[in-house]
Order: sequence, then C-alpha cells, then structure tokens
Amino acid sequence: MAVNTQTWWQQGRVVEADDLAEGVRRIVLSPDRPVHATPGTHVDLRLDLDGHVRTRSYSVLRSEDGGRRLTLGVQLAPSSRGGSRHMHGLEVGDVVEMTGPVQSFPLGVGADRYVLVAGGIGVTALVAMADSLRRRGADYTLVLAGRRRAVMAYLEELADTHGDRIRVFVDDEGVRLDVDALVGEIAGGPAPARTEMYMCGPIRLMDAIRRAWVAHELPEPNLRFETFGSSGAWAAEEFVVHLPQHDRSVAVTTDTSMLDALEDAGVDVMWDCRKGECGICQVKVLDVDGRIDHRDVFLSKKQKETNTSLCLCVTRAARGEPERSEPAAVTLHLP
Amino acid sequence: MTILDQPPVTAASKIFNFPRNAWYVAAWDHEVTAKQPLARTIADVPLALWRNSDGRAVAMADACWHRLAPLSKGKLFGDEIQCPYHGLRYNSAGRCTSMPAQETINPSAIVPSYPVVERHRYVWVWVGDPDLADSGSVPDMHQMDSPDWAGDGETIYAPCNYQLVLDNLMDLTHEEFVHSSSIGQDELSEAEFEVSHDDTHVTVTRWMRDIDAPPFWLKNMRDKFPGFSGKVDRWQIIHFEAPSTICIDVGVAKAGTGAPEGDRSQGVNGFVMNTITPETARTSHYFWAFMRNYRLESQTITTQLRQGVHGVFGEDEEMLAAQQRAIDANPDHEFYSLNIDAGGMWVRRILDRMLQAEGLPAAAAAK
Repeated sequence: MAVNTQTWWQQGRVVEADDLAEGVRRIVLSPDRPVHATPGTHVDLRLDLDGHVRTRSYSVLRSEDGGRRLTLGVQLAPSSRGGSRHMHGLEVGDVVEMTGPVQSFPLGVGADRYVLVAGGIGVTALVAMADSLRRRGADYTLVLAGRRRAVMAYLEELADTHGDRIRVFVDDEGVRLDVDALVGEIAGGPAPARTEMYMCGPIRLMDAIRRAWVAHELPEPNLRFETFGSSGAWAAEEFVVHLPQHDRSVAVTTDTSMLDALEDAGVDVMWDCRKGECGICQVKVLDVDGRIDHRDVFLSKKQKETNTSLCLCVTRAARGEPERSEPAAVTLHLP
Repeated sequence: MTILDQPPVTAASKIFNFPRNAWYVAAWDHEVTAKQPLARTIADVPLALWRNSDGRAVAMADACWHRLAPLSKGKLFGDEIQCPYHGLRYNSAGRCTSMPAQETINPSAIVPSYPVVERHRYVWVWVGDPDLADSGSVPDMHQMDSPDWAGDGETIYAPCNYQLVLDNLMDLTHEEFVHSSSIGQDELSEAEFEVSHDDTHVTVTRWMRDIDAPPFWLKNMRDKFPGFSGKVDRWQIIHFEAPSTICIDVGVAKAGTGAPEGDRSQGVNGFVMNTITPETARTSHYFWAFMRNYRLESQTITTQLRQGVHGVFGEDEEMLAAQQRAIDANPDHEFYSLNIDAGGMWVRRILDRMLQAEGLPAAAAAK
C-alpha cells in the first residue's frame, strides 16, 4: 500500500461544512487527485492569512470512497496562529490549496494491544485508527479526554461504534483522566512490552503520559505520538526576536510563528518539518527576557531546561507573569 | 456499479496486474534469519526480511526513513535492525529506536512494517491494506509440512509476468511438447478434462486411462513397487487458489485397479506445490516443491524428485522467459485462447474481480 510520505500539492473543494461540537467545525474536502488516506495521515493546507501564505496541518479524520472525501475536524482556537479562524470561515464550494495525504503517524501492525489516547481535538488523529483496529478485530482501547462534553467532537458516534472499548474522561464532570493509573494499568496488564500507545493532544497531557511511560519502564518506541507544535505551557502571545548579527528586531504576533515572522522579514533561515520534530531550524539562544515555551519534541527535557537553543518553527516566548506589560523577548544567533 | 455488473473485458491482458490485498510467499522459512537481513521485492514493494530474538519473521520496507538507504544491507542486533549508512536503528514494528547525534527520536521516524504469517514452510507477507490481512486466508498448502507427506523444493526467479506461470500450470497439455523426455506423452492432448470453479478456486481434472507410464512416473512406480511394468491410469488434478497458488495432485496407478474411483493404493501420488509471487509486472518468484505420500523415509527419493522436477521446471523457465520476450517484442499482438485455456481463463476472471475490488486495472502499467 502506498506509503504517502511525499508532499505534493493539489486543489480541494469544500463539499460539506458543519459543526461537530462547540467550536469544532467538520470540513469535508474533495481533492483533485484523490488518494486514500491511511489512518494517521494529515493534509497540509496553504492558507492566506492577512496577506501571508501559511501552511497548516490537519489530521484526516476519515477517508472515504478512495480518498474522494477527506473529512477534517478543526477546533477554533482563539489564540491560534490564525489558521483555525480561516478554516471556520470556509463554505461549501470554496477551493483550497492542499497536499495529498501525508503519513507521519502510521498505525503499526502486529502489536498484541493498542491504546489510543486523545486529548481534546487530538481525537481527529485517532478516529480512523480506532476504526481500523476494530475492522482488524484487534485488542484496543480508545481513551477520550476533554474539558467539557459539549466541546468533544464525535463523542456519541465513537461511543456507538466502539462500545465498551471506549473510555471517556470529562474534566468538568469530575471524571479526570488519571495518566499514571492509565499507564500503570498497561504496565500491569497482559503483554505490556507488546502494547503500543498512540496519543494526540495538548503537549502537557503528552508530556505527562511520556513521564508515566518511562516511570513504568515501558518500551519507549511503543509510545507513538503526533504533535504539530500547536500547544504549549502558555497561550500564544506577542513577543520580540532580537538578531544582533543582523542588527535588527522582529515582532512575532500571536497568529504567526517565529519562523514565519523571520521569513516574512526577509531573514534566510533553514527549516524542514516545521512542526518541532527534526531540529533543522534549531538556533542558539543568547538571551531571554521572559520565558521560552519550547513546544518542540526535538530537544530533550534537559536541553530545554538549559535554554541554550530553540526550534524556530514552533517555539514561542511568553512573559511568564501576566502582570508584566512588556512583551517577552529572545535574542538569537542564527547559523 | 457493483463489481459483478462490470464485464470482464480485460481478461486477456498480456501483462496482468496483481492484487495487493493477498498473502504472497516472500521466502522459504530457512531463508529468513536472525543473522542477516534478506532483500526481496514482493508485489513491487522492496522488503528487508529478518527475524527478531523471539524468532518472529519481520517484513519491513527496505528503505531507511532518513535518506532511504537499504536496510537489508544493515546489521541485526537482537530485536533491531541498523541502517548501514547513518546507524539509525529500528525495532521489528519499524519504529526508530536510535538516532545519531541527538537526545530524542523524531516521532515521525517509522519505516512501514507489513503483516507476516509463517505457514507451510514459507514466510507469507501482505503488502496491501493491513486491515484486511486475515491470517486465515493463507492458501492451503498443508502437504508442505504434514507428517503424511515428504519432499522438498526450490525457487525459480522467473523473468515473466506471474500470470504466464499460472497459465503454464493450469494447462498441462504443454508437457507433451515442453517435457517430452520426462513427463510428456501423446495421451495428454488427447484426454478429456473437466473444469470447475467457485469464487476463489479453480479445479481442472484430467484422467488418462490404460496408458504407458512416462519415464518420470515409471521410476516412481518402481520406487514403491520394485520391478513394476505394465499400463497405468494417470491423473492430473490442478487446484488453483487465489491469487496465485496451484497445488497439482498427480500420480499413476496400476491400470484398472480403481484409482479413478478413489482407490489409489496400487499407485504413487505426488503433489506439485506451486505458489507464484509477483516481484514486478515482468518478474516473478516461483516457489515450488514436490511432495509425495509414499516411501516417506527415503531422503534419496526426496533428492531425486527435487532434482527431477528441477530439470522439468528448467524447461518451463526457458519457455516462460522466451514467451515474455516475445510478448514485449510484439506489443500490437493480442492473446487468443484455445479450448485448453479454460482453467487459466477462470483464473484470470477471479484475479480480474480481485483487482476490480481494489480499484486496480487488470493490465499492469506499461514498463
């Protein structure tokens, strides 16, 4: 079957758009060159945000009719980089620039057990995986965690489809996901070393799971995750990048990334994945005024604590204390 | 439009496409080891085949996630394979476990790993949609590892489209012309045959009664019945199972002793086990074995039969290669069918429907 790791562009027409849950829009795209999207794939969309062309990634929730209908689920994030606002404005008949399905979060074969963990809108990356595991007759559990029931997309449909394989945790109903208990259950359950976990959600949830996974001595390669660098320790806020080499400073607004802002300012920077995974856009940090919100998965915890480098594509700076009025600033040395 | 509504107009495609949603033999069990990866392309997918420390066979894409260097040229370290170029390591699920010069591992670093089943002395892989990979659908080749049967086989690297091999095996009239010194005889093209089929199987049955045994079969009769001479009843019952396994029940018995009616006690019986794996549209891995249910204790007979069939199949290999060259040299010419092609045409019909179900054309893409 096609591996789909290549990025190529095409046009897609919006054929359906409606609300999935509070603040979550369902958008069905019909691409020019349909290719079936395997579970875990995403598409990148080229969006025109206030005169700047930006690329945003969205998981393919469902691929139907050989990829002729690709369903995305988009949460409106008030502090997002502007992509979700644009996506929520799409109407039936609109045409978007999109890639073919790109696979960087493939569902494996041959594990004895699978545990899928979705935090909030992260569910969009896992719906197709759960369907696939059900078709295979695999042993799997789908864990859904969210703040409020009303904002959790596909909750009822998933419950109907997956029955007692689904576990739902809703913060404001007092049923919070206990990460350590969940991972402890896997470690104490059947075939712990042959259990794979796939997670997608806020970085804090994923960090907590990763810590528990390591603490319970489960094999790290069995913990799979996908992150687009879109969530961090602080909400996105405006900050400033100082580049002493170039004798200039660049402002980074809430709806753009440091990488985009530098490129817009004509600074030549090297990058590849643009989602905090590969480390190609890593640069040296000379000084920080405020806090660095790394958001990447390339640097280790230890490296992040030393704050000597950062990944331009997803990392942001934050004031750290809300009462402070000056925006945060980072001083960087570019290669 | 449903599949059945579509007329099978492409049944005579010369370069037949192959279904992806199928188990194909990738290797003999002994070829896949924990010492060194094996490189083999199955249904257009280059694979690295190896065993982990549990002895489980693993089939992974033969290209490192990083810069696509072939993993089959790498080394094995217990449950991991190491890329020969920059040392990235992967576990048997294809997940990267080690990257040079960094403290974390890129979460996207995964090499596709394919479903594998080990059965009947073969390692079978599924390169299609893994959701459909039901291990219960591995073709029946139980004679390969049954205590009631003994024998061995080999692999032919056939430089032709896999369907040409299926055609070859579905009609054994060619034995008279291609294998005249061993198993061929005039009665082959004179005897009547019967064809039956269901959605996944085709059977062609041919009996030749009261004939002289050709040299190959006379030798086999004498292995069981020393000094045998006289007429025999000979049978060839060809069992096709989709997409490309053909087990041929063959044998001879002393003429008139009731073999056609079911009593084979006065004869010798073999099964020619064949399973053809498309490598590309124009090349195939042809795995065969000859199994017998008499004189099980004799390794000499096993060796003689393997060598004998090796010689016979060498004649087929030469013909198949020449046929593929002629097909490619005459692109404007079509295939026409004879009465004897009935079995092969039912095979094409079944394959055509499998391809339609996968949304694939019956004709493979041009070279």
